[in-house]
Amino acid sequence: MSDATVSDAPLRDIPLRSHRFRREREAEWQRLEALLKLAESGRWGRLSDDDLLAIPVLYRSAISALSIARATSLDQGLVRYLEALCTRAYFFVYGGRASLGERLGHFFARGWARAVQGLWRELLAAFLITLLGAVVAYAMVQADPDWYRSFVPMGLAGGRDPDATAQYLRGTLYDEDKTAADALSVFATYLFTHNARIAIMTFALGFAFCLPTALLLAYNGAVLGAMVAVFVRKDLGFELGGWLLIHGVTELLAIILAGAAGLRIGLAVAFPGAESRLHSASLAGRQAATAMGGVVLMLVLAGLLEGFGRQMIQSDLWRYAIAGSTAAFWALYFGWPRKAAGAGDA
Amino acid sequence: MSTTAKPAAAREPGRTRRFVTPEGVDLRLTLGEASERAAAFLIDLLVMVAILTAITILCWAMLTGGRHADLPLPAIIWLLSFFLLRSFYFTVFELRPSNATPGKRLMGLRVAARDGGRLGADAIFARNLMREVEIFLPVTMFFAGDDQVSGWIAAAGLVWTGIFLFFPLFNRDRLRVGDLLAGTWVVKLPRRALLADLATTPAAAGPGFTTGQLRAYGVKELQVLETVLRQNRDATVREVAERIRRKIDWHGEAMPDAAFLQAYYLALRRELEGKLLFGKRRRDKHDT
Repeated sequence: MSDATVSDAPLRDIPLRSHRFRREREAEWQRLEALLKLAESGRWGRLSDDDLLAIPVLYRSAISALSIARATSLDQGLVRYLEALCTRAYFFVYGGRASLGERLGHFFARGWARAVQGLWRELLAAFLITLLGAVVAYAMVQADPDWYRSFVPMGLAGGRDPDATAQYLRGTLYDEDKTAADALSVFATYLFTHNARIAIMTFALGFAFCLPTALLLAYNGAVLGAMVAVFVRKDLGFELGGWLLIHGVTELLAIILAGAAGLRIGLAVAFPGAESRLHSASLAGRQAATAMGGVVLMLVLAGLLEGFGRQMIQSDLWRYAIAGSTAAFWALYFGWPRKAAGAGDA
Repeated sequence: MSTTAKPAAAREPGRTRRFVTPEGVDLRLTLGEASERAAAFLIDLLVMVAILTAITILCWAMLTGGRHADLPLPAIIWLLSFFLLRSFYFTVFELRPSNATPGKRLMGLRVAARDGGRLGADAIFARNLMREVEIFLPVTMFFAGDDQVSGWIAAAGLVWTGIFLFFPLFNRDRLRVGDLLAGTWVVKLPRRALLADLATTPAAAGPGFTTGQLRAYGVKELQVLETVLRQNRDATVREVAERIRRKIDWHGEAMPDAAFLQAYYLALRRELEGKLLFGKRRRDKHDT
């Protein structure tokens, strides 16, 4: 401390540069803060057009002030304030501000179908697994009807078991009783929420290297195969087909789709390829979730077809016709080429 | 988490993450603490239970009210709202521009994309669909068990939830499994007031310091001094003033501790900021 004895006294009356810097911009920052407060609390109505246009401009000036302040100012309070302000403004300026309606529109026009198209390999695999489960269960129940009870839980069977008479089984397919129909709409709602949860689980469990998803798909197929076997033994196969497929086309497709989405995640976690495991998982997770987004809606449709369509339409041929047209609809909707943005909506 | 105060420098980098905006500025986001996340979730759970209770009372009133007694409507309403609440409460709130559920908003948190891009609906779906296996599935299992076998299933469910529940504690970024798959994380949305600039007071009446005296400290000490002045606790101010006087060998006029610190802060900041303009940042007193 001996070499330098120069005093800072002559400078004392000149304000610091960093202080002047702050004084000149303070008002802008506070305006930005006030606007953000309104926007964040959802009181958009109180923002004028000028205000809305001003926010990005104020944000850019605040963020440039932040980098200048970091480089030239040692006022920690100021730097921290600007960091917080810029962060809030960043999320406002760059955050997705698409309304729920716009998001949905884009989702149904392109996003969903494209995500499903990207999953075609997994879709095929999920379909084959379900088919395998169905064929095995069918063969087992054909060979020995006692297997039926290990595939189909009592709650779902509702008296449709190998011991039932053909008369009774036929009765379960064509139902005219109105009070029963009312109760069935509750049952249909229950089935829908149940199916939707199963679908979500089939998807979400996929991250455990596909195994639980594959098991759930195979089991779902097995229930179906066992049920078909019971009816075929009583020569009611064709009638059951109509009863099942009128909503089953949509419902099975939804569950297979959920399974495919789950398989996609599991594969991405197990075999990340060139990406890091984390990155690969998040890419697959987002694509699969897009496909999943529509699955719940498909299940709602299936529930409606099951609850109302099946009660009102008692003719086998009409049931098959509706099943066929839903199948054609989904094939067109998902299969329609959508490479270019804005391509045709099916 | 221990409650003993750690030095700020040791704690900060743990939860601060680089987050570069398109303008090329690093915003240094702070991640939400596990405790804050848990609190936000509990708040949301309470809200969900409250809504469900209201709907249950409504359905019950419809049933006993007589007018709809013979219709399955109340049962359908209840089943559907339970399902919607359970599966889409989080999704719907996070799809809104604030990207936060009521619980997260109260705790000052929001969901953000890890890569700094836009937070898409796909990511929000992915992170919230996973809740079904993370929380709701095991809870269902847990309440289902009443016989021997179900007891084991309940225990397995408990272990399962435990793994998911504490998953965020085992990675640096506090990611849930859902966050992992969606490429998201939960960050703090700080609200800070603009504190008064300490360098405003004109030091006309203050003492002058020699360059040698201003070389005693660096940026780190300056910022500690800033904190001391902002908190303005008598004992600390006295002790710090004492220490600085000794360190810089102060023989100037006698003045109150606070005024001395104020004057020294201003002079030191002028000195260090002047050097900063020439590209020299003296990090602390050991930095030459």
